[in-house]
Amino acid sequence: MKLTSTEIEIAEILEKNARLSNEDIAKMTNLSLEETDKIVKKLEEHNIVVRYVSLVDWSKIEGHEGVTAMIDVKVTPKRDVGFDAVAERIYRFKEVKSVYLMSGTYDLSVVIEGKSMNEVARFVSNKLSTIESVISTTTHFILKKYKHDGTIYESDDEDRRIVVSP
Amino acid sequence: MSQTTTYLAKHVKELKPSGIRRFFDLAAGMKGVISLGVGEPDFVTSWNLREAAITSLEQGYTSYTANAGLIELREEIAGYMQKQFSVSYHPESEIIVTVGASQAIDIAFRAILNPGDEVIIVEPCFVSYAPLVTMAGGVPIHVQTLKENDFKILPSQLEEVITERTKAIMLCSPNNPTGTMLNKAELEKMAELAVRHDLLVLSDEIYAELVYDEPYTSLASIEGMRERTILLNGFSKGFAMTGWRLGFVCAPEDITQGMLKIHQYAIMCASTMAQYAGLEGLKNGRENVEEMRKSYRQRRNFIVQSLNDMGLTCHNPGGAFYAFPSIESTGLTSEEFAEQLLKAEKVAVVPGNAFGGSGEGHIRCSYATSLAQLQEAMKRIKRFIENL
Repeated sequence: MKLTSTEIEIAEILEKNARLSNEDIAKMTNLSLEETDKIVKKLEEHNIVVRYVSLVDWSKIEGHEGVTAMIDVKVTPKRDVGFDAVAERIYRFKEVKSVYLMSGTYDLSVVIEGKSMNEVARFVSNKLSTIESVISTTTHFILKKYKHDGTIYESDDEDRRIVVSP
Repeated sequence: MSQTTTYLAKHVKELKPSGIRRFFDLAAGMKGVISLGVGEPDFVTSWNLREAAITSLEQGYTSYTANAGLIELREEIAGYMQKQFSVSYHPESEIIVTVGASQAIDIAFRAILNPGDEVIIVEPCFVSYAPLVTMAGGVPIHVQTLKENDFKILPSQLEEVITERTKAIMLCSPNNPTGTMLNKAELEKMAELAVRHDLLVLSDEIYAELVYDEPYTSLASIEGMRERTILLNGFSKGFAMTGWRLGFVCAPEDITQGMLKIHQYAIMCASTMAQYAGLEGLKNGRENVEEMRKSYRQRRNFIVQSLNDMGLTCHNPGGAFYAFPSIESTGLTSEEFAEQLLKAEKVAVVPGNAFGGSGEGHIRCSYATSLAQLQEAMKRIKRFIENL
């Protein structure tokens, strides 16, 4: 669907900081609060703003157990429904965090989160690789996250500017 | 006073220290201060520019460049001025790369002023103009723009102070500290006046990249102005490169060659690694500039409305990253307001009188700081006013 530049700007603002109030967004875009409410509602209703989420750095929490794996999956597309039906069979598992159709040497990129390597390995061997259309899987475990969705995890945001300058 | 001050030149002794300095000393010692007093972007220079400078060091580009700057950079500047501002300058003879726009202002005044020549300084303005005129042997003539006119200078105000000794007008649009931008029609009126009185205009266009409502017009692009404009610009604001000290000046050949003589004796050339970073900025930096502009516009809208909502009336500044609200409703002077606000709520703003006479009754609030900080600062200022 086609959006106005203001509607797009509000989507961008929310993508950067979902916790901003509509009052503040209205101020930032020079709109009335009513207009802003309407646009935010429109974005939500059309599933353009799909959900409001927080980026949590779980690695900072002591005792937190969890591993993330990116799995390259090769599949045989099914007649009529192509890759979509296979993707759907995969993304319905709650362990699966994202699924992308890729160009290149494999077809689907699947991101899985589990408590341990064993758990992920079990999922891959029991669930993923047993799906009829799946030809092969290559599993990569993530060792450390440096930057995620545009955010640098260990960012040094210290303001080095002098307090008052002309 | 110590013995050695007797060695100082008379005109240096008479030079007043910047009004900002005093306030800086006050704020610098405090902890937990939210500063709206900063006259520079809150962005760090884009990585591709920093990386270009690092690469230049790795490759050993550590020697002087040509006095006027790397020819590749001057060629890029010429292309940039043409494309962005529709003004054409010859890279070989009409552009000098300088150590920030500040140095460009300095050599411009030194190149054009005979002792006693008058320069009209449109205030409120950047703190350096008048002292640099004085240091160059000229006489600054101050003209005050008014709140009622959204701090836009009227030709009639200039007309009143032009004398036989008037050599030049110093203009800055968008302006620091008011954020006011002159549009094309207003610049045409300035041009008409400059031509009629045969005056030079020093046009400080350092904030030209940061305009939010109307398209930017460079003074030099107005008919009849190219031959009488010294155009000052640089990388500090638009490319978030303040600490690199990289600016440039464009002017007709005779004036440029005059400035170049001073530049080569005084400074030799701008820093080489900074020039390589600037080169990358002009070649591949447009997207970053657009992104920063968008972010500033949102913050400008936010702060202007917040200030007006709390009764600190504020015109809508078309450019730069400053809001310049009136604090007259509080009954305090600019300095009292700034000092009490700092002590009570730990928010640093700059008193408007630091930028010239008509700045009194105002404060400069820079919105080049994160939205979260701006939100908190607005809360604190509101509380401060309510408790007065």
